[in-house]
Parts: sequence; structure tokens; C-alpha cells
Amino acid sequence: MKRRDFLKSTTLASGAFLIPSFLKPLEAMASADMTGYKNLVIIQLSGGNDGLNTIIPYGNDIYYQKRNTIAIKKPEIVTLNDMQGLNPNLSALKEIYDQGWMSVINSVGYPNPDRSHFRSMDIWQTGSEANQFLTTGWIGRYLDANCAVNKDPYTAVEVDDTLSLAMKGSKMKGIAVQNPAKLYQSTREPFFKELVDEHYSTHLNEDNLGYLYKTMIETYSSANYIQQTSKTYNTTAQYPQTAFAKQLKSVAKFINSGLKTRVYYVSLSGFDTHTQQQNQQGRQLKIYGDAVAAFVKDLKQAGKLDDTLVMTFSEFGRRVEQNASNGTDHGTANNVMIFGGKLKKAGIYNNAPNLAQLDNGDLKYEVDFRDVYATLLDKWLNVNNSQILNRNFAGLNFV
Amino acid sequence: MDSKKKLAHLYARAGFGLRFADLQQVDHLTVKQTTNRLFKASDEVVPLKVVVTNSTYKDADDALTKKMFLQQQRQLQKDLNIAWVTQMSKGNAQLREKMTLFWHNHFACRTQNPWYAQQLNNLHREHAFGNFRTMLLQVSQTPAMLQFLNNQQNKKGHPNENFARELMELFTIGRGNYTEQDIKESARAFTGWGFNNNGEFVERNFLHDAGPKTFMGKTGNFTGADIIDTLLQKKETARFICSKLYKYLVNDTPDAAHVNTMADVFYNGNYEIAPVLELIFTADWFYEDKNIGNLIKSPVDFIVGLNRQFYVDYKNPDVLLQFQRTLGQVLFNPPNVAGWPGGKSWIDSSSLMYRIKIPSTVLNDGVIDFAGKTDPEDEAALAAMPNINARKDVNTPAQSQPNWDEFLAAIPPGTSKTAIAHLLLATPLSNNLMQMINKATNTKAMAIELVSTPEYQLC
Repeated sequence: MKRRDFLKSTTLASGAFLIPSFLKPLEAMASADMTGYKNLVIIQLSGGNDGLNTIIPYGNDIYYQKRNTIAIKKPEIVTLNDMQGLNPNLSALKEIYDQGWMSVINSVGYPNPDRSHFRSMDIWQTGSEANQFLTTGWIGRYLDANCAVNKDPYTAVEVDDTLSLAMKGSKMKGIAVQNPAKLYQSTREPFFKELVDEHYSTHLNEDNLGYLYKTMIETYSSANYIQQTSKTYNTTAQYPQTAFAKQLKSVAKFINSGLKTRVYYVSLSGFDTHTQQQNQQGRQLKIYGDAVAAFVKDLKQAGKLDDTLVMTFSEFGRRVEQNASNGTDHGTANNVMIFGGKLKKAGIYNNAPNLAQLDNGDLKYEVDFRDVYATLLDKWLNVNNSQILNRNFAGLNFV
Repeated sequence: MDSKKKLAHLYARAGFGLRFADLQQVDHLTVKQTTNRLFKASDEVVPLKVVVTNSTYKDADDALTKKMFLQQQRQLQKDLNIAWVTQMSKGNAQLREKMTLFWHNHFACRTQNPWYAQQLNNLHREHAFGNFRTMLLQVSQTPAMLQFLNNQQNKKGHPNENFARELMELFTIGRGNYTEQDIKESARAFTGWGFNNNGEFVERNFLHDAGPKTFMGKTGNFTGADIIDTLLQKKETARFICSKLYKYLVNDTPDAAHVNTMADVFYNGNYEIAPVLELIFTADWFYEDKNIGNLIKSPVDFIVGLNRQFYVDYKNPDVLLQFQRTLGQVLFNPPNVAGWPGGKSWIDSSSLMYRIKIPSTVLNDGVIDFAGKTDPEDEAALAAMPNINARKDVNTPAQSQPNWDEFLAAIPPGTSKTAIAHLLLATPLSNNLMQMINKATNTKAMAIELVSTPEYQLC
């Protein structure tokens, strides 16, 4: 055993002493061997990120024809290959890309695309068809399918103050944690604690009241587990001073401390750029790129990058042609970015978007987003995707 | 069963909870008399009047004018939301508002135009327990719904099936009772239904496909109204609506026999809603133990119930929106056309924590330290904000004022602490709650504790 590993496991073991006696079973978990424990991190860009100005198809003249005032000029682009390159605000990702830790999947979407934010986000979060309404999220159904093994809410953690639909199953739900210390404190307020203590040992019914108490007790013990485990890890890596970077820093702290969480969820807003797009999107992309670069390096440093996969998506891309207000309107297919230490196919995964063959001015999707999910479910989370996506998807080969 | 408990149950389901002041009025009445009283109190229709005109901007307007306009529209949306919550919290027409909320979810719809949103909401209110056919037909002809389900684009030769599909799947007959072909054919019957620039319904004859259609086994030159009538002739429609009503008012798990009884009354009474409600509220099964204290309150039920019980005023009503956001139900912003799924899906770790915290925050004028997520439709406004990334750590003083004098004055002298608890909570009192009650030194502190429990989430 390497010295560093030894030190890590002893801190974990001593951390376990802080756990109250009635939560004993967790102690065993905290000191379990964490090698090869795989994490999935989902980053949601809300508002419909303009993928064409993110991973820019600079090698295609149509891009410059359709985007008179908002196209990114060739000399500014951070080239990835002879067709596509990064928006200069994402320059921090170049290093990550060059290391083989980044993959770009072009033209991801679904049949009969919906251009309203809330509906398309609903479709991405539930993994439904365009004309189907599901009341559970795809990660939530993953939790349901796995509830015999992963029975705690912290199996899926959203770093935010509320929980997204994506994280809600019918039996199981993830947990939203913006700040572990704060969550811990509020569950330890005497009144809350009293309610939990009284019901901890009693048998809970299957009815709604039983469900409420079950949720409360799970919150109580998860808050403890997350706080006690994560505080054993001291982050030394440098992160930018943004709220989003702070959230990713929390995710890294959770992963590096050995939290037994399979899925993390983080969102960044502000991508609905109908007017003055260049400044607005540039600002958000810089926040995104700088934070993700810091995050990936932090995980690499801690030896966790090989066990982590990051997926970034947005509810839709934008129209190929810009509008009259130096912005772009709602479109359809978009790119999905993947990060990880063990990518089977790093770099640009498939052909750049076809700007010549459009569907009423919008990109035609070439990869169904559920094929991306299927890949993550089958090859990373080790469950059969048809159980979660309601039909079988072939999946891709990026991992 | 204790008659007070029955009345509390009736008020919890037909309204937003029984107050001591209400109890004084109905204590001596039977369930039947109280039901009549609830209907009577809802006789008058008080529409929301926050939005005074249907305003639009012209394409020729400059960017700044458009921006100002959109800001105004967003403000009106907020005002409309708050006005409704306030009307539910303070108004006397409890049954009407409770049913308006039901139809708001049944005919779930989103529109960026606050005039359209208000119009649809007022329509639900007007027909809240009137005739379902009338309401359905009128809802189908509102700009809000025509726009939301793309019927404005439903034209002869280029049918858009969205409205026809949701009409059957969600508004009337339910899945499994129609075919894809029925959707295609009926979509043609609705071609040409649209609205003009004044927001008025128009049948655009030049866009209407007047040819023969075969729908549910019958062939004819059907119009949209014919399709709606055909759907209402099917008993399944009555059953579908009654099953949904049962889940809303009685139990998450529908009882087939009770739903059938309701559907008979609904169907044979030409889709009059009031008789079905009367049937429920006066049925013995409605008062069975398993149907009491078993439903999880929706966030709006929870907030409105709290406001009513303690006569809460908000100096900063935006707080009401903040609560809706964090608890997962923002009025006028349903997640999709299927509405909020309800039941257990309201509750997860964080939403439950906030529900436990909110009462003491509101009743003690505390600080709110959670924000909730932005609605996807507000992303454009957010993108244009220079300080967009400065959000998160919020600390909003609730600035709420409960009226304790009014609450306490309505409790008859000599009422035991347990009796007070029984009125605030619908579930039986557990040992833990009894200890809490016995330890309490004053009614005010006890009330705050009782409404900060998981039990209070049920009605």
C-alpha cells in the first residue's frame, strides 16, 4: 500500500468515530475499499446553450455565412481538428482535451424536437419520447432499479438547494446538498432531531406518513454521512471564484473523500442568448470551462479521474442562422461534452454537424440522447439501459 | 367518528383547511348542511383582475421597448400568481378555489402572455363546479391552450396533432381508449381553430379541413365540437375524470366501485360537476379512517392552508413565489401538459426539510435561506442579467405577519390542548406528538411545533 493511500484510509476510519452509535452500519461503508468506485457527474447548461459557438465548426463556410456578426473569428478559435475548435472562452479545456480526457459528441438530439425550454428540459431529464410524459427522472429510475444495493438517497447527490426531476424515481430519490455543513446543522436542530429519534427505531408503515418519516430519517442519516465523510478531505486544488466552480469543488471533495455516491448533478444557468450573445455566452462559457478544467485536474491529482465520467448537456442547441439582435433562437440538436480519465474514444467522437442539410433551419440530430444515457448506464453504472429507458438503446463507444 | 373531525376532513378536502373561526359557524351542522354551506359560500365568482389588457409589442418596436415589455409581462405573471395565492388564502369561496386548482392542473397549460393565463384561470374558476362540457369546449378555444398545444398551426393539409392527442390522453378519455388513427382524424376536425390579434377565438374556415373523417368508428364531416361531443358520449371519459377527482379529493389509490358510482352520476347528469362533489362529500366512505389524513398536501395546499389558519400577511409577497419554487409547484408553470404528478412525488429530502422549516419561518418572521431553481422559461431574462452569477447564498427576511390575536380569539375558552392539535393535524396523534403537546406551555408555541411536523404535510 502506498503511503498516501494508507493515510487516506486511516483518516476515513477515524472519521467514522464521529458517527453516532445508532447509525453504525454506515461506519462499515465509510471504510470500505473505494478503488474502482465509479462516479458519474452530470452538468446541465440551462437555457439552451449554443453548441455551434461552443465547439465551433470553423472549417465550414456556412457557419460564417449564417452568422455574420456573432461568428467567432478563425484566429481566435482554439482548434481541436481541422473542422472544429473551442470558443476562446473555453481555452482552459484545451489542455484537458490534449490529455485525452475530453470527448465531443456532435448532433445529439431526439425525433420531433420541442423548442420550448421547459418541455425539452423535461424530455432530457426524464428520458422520454417527445410526445410522452414521464413523472420520474432517468437517474431516479436508475436508483429505483438499484434500490436493493444502493438504498440511500446519497447514491445520487445534486449540489443545489432543490432536487431536479432527473433525480427523482418512484421509490427512490436523490438528495440535494448545497452545503453539507449547513444541511447537517439543520438536521441536528433539537426539534428535527427529536422527531427523527422518536421514529428511528419504530416500524414505519407503507402509507404516506411512513413515507414522510422514512424520508426524514434518510435525510438525517445522509446529512451526517455526507458531512462526516466529506470533511475528512481537505481540498488543496485551486478553483475559480465562481458559484459554479464552488459547486464542482464540492463534487470533487465528495468524490475525493470517498463518498459512496454514484451520480452527481450540477447546473449552470444563463444560456438563453437571444440578444447580444457573444458577451453573454462568452461569460458563461468561461465560467464553465475554467471550473471544469480545475475540477478535472483536481480529480486527476487525487487519483480519481479514471473513476469519474462527466457529461455536459443542454436542453437544445440553437438555430444555425443568427437572429437580428446579434443572438440566436431556440434550435434542436446540440453537442454533448464528455470528460474522464478512461475514455475509449477521446477527441471529436463523430462528424461535425451538417450545416448544409437542415430541417427547417435547424440541425438534424444524428445521435439520440438516450444512446448517450444508455452508454453511461450500461458501461459505467453497470445496469441494463432498457430497464431505465423503457426500451433498449444500442449505445455508443466513448467509454 | 367525532363530528369535529368530520368537519375538519371536509374542510381540508373541499377547501384549504378548517379554522377555529369556521368551526364556530358549522359546529352544530351535519355534513350535508356543511356541504351546502360550502357551495353557498362559493356561489359568487370572483375573477382575478390583475392583468387589465392584452398587450403586445409591434415588430417595429426597438430592442429597448421590447425588453421593457417583456419585463412588464414577467412582473404581471408574478402579480397574477400572488393574486391567486392571496385569493385562496383570504377568500370565502374555498370550494371554488380548490376546484379551480384542480382544473388548473387538469388543463395544465403554460403561456408567456399573462392576459391569456388569467383568462384561462378565470374560466376554470367560472366553471369550477359547473358543466364539464361547457368548460372543456371553452378551454379548447382559449388562446392560451390553442397556442400551448399548437392548434394555431393546425391547418388543412398540414395537421398538427398536438391538441387532439392531449385532448384524448389527458383532458377526456385517457390512454388505451383511442387509436393513433383517431388522433390523426380528429386533428383534422380542429384545423382552423385559432385566435386573432385581440386574443379572440376564431374559426378560420379557409384553414379548416371540411372533408369526411372517421373517428371512433363513425364517419362524417366532423368539427372540433363534434369530436368533443363524441368523446363525452363515451362513459370512459366520465370515469377518467372521476378517477382523477377521487385521487385529488379522496385517496391516491382509486376505489373502482366508488369511482363508478361517481361516474354514473357524472355521466347521467350530463357532466354537471356539482352533483359529483356532493356525492363525495356526503358519502360514508369519504369519512372512513383510511381516507382521512392520508393525502400529501400539494405545496399550494400547504402554503395556503398555513396562511389561512394563521391569517398571515406578507409585506414582501415574492416570498410566496420563493416557497412555490423550492417546494416544486409554481402556479401557472406546470412541468408539462400532464400537470404536477402529485402524491409522493412532492416529497424529497430537501422539499420536506423546507416544509418543516417554513412554518416557523413564516410564523416567527424568520429568515429564508433557500432560493430554488429558476424556471427554464426565465433563462432569457437571466442570461441578460449582469450579476447572474452572484446568486446562491440568499437570506430573505420572511416579513410575514401572522395574526395571532385572531387565531387565539377563535379558540373557545376551555378547549384542551389535544383538541387544538386535532384540528391542526389530520392524522391520529402519536406518542411523540402527545409528548410535544403535554410539554407545551402556551398555545402559540404548540401550534408552531405542530405545523412543523411530517403529520402536518397530510390532509
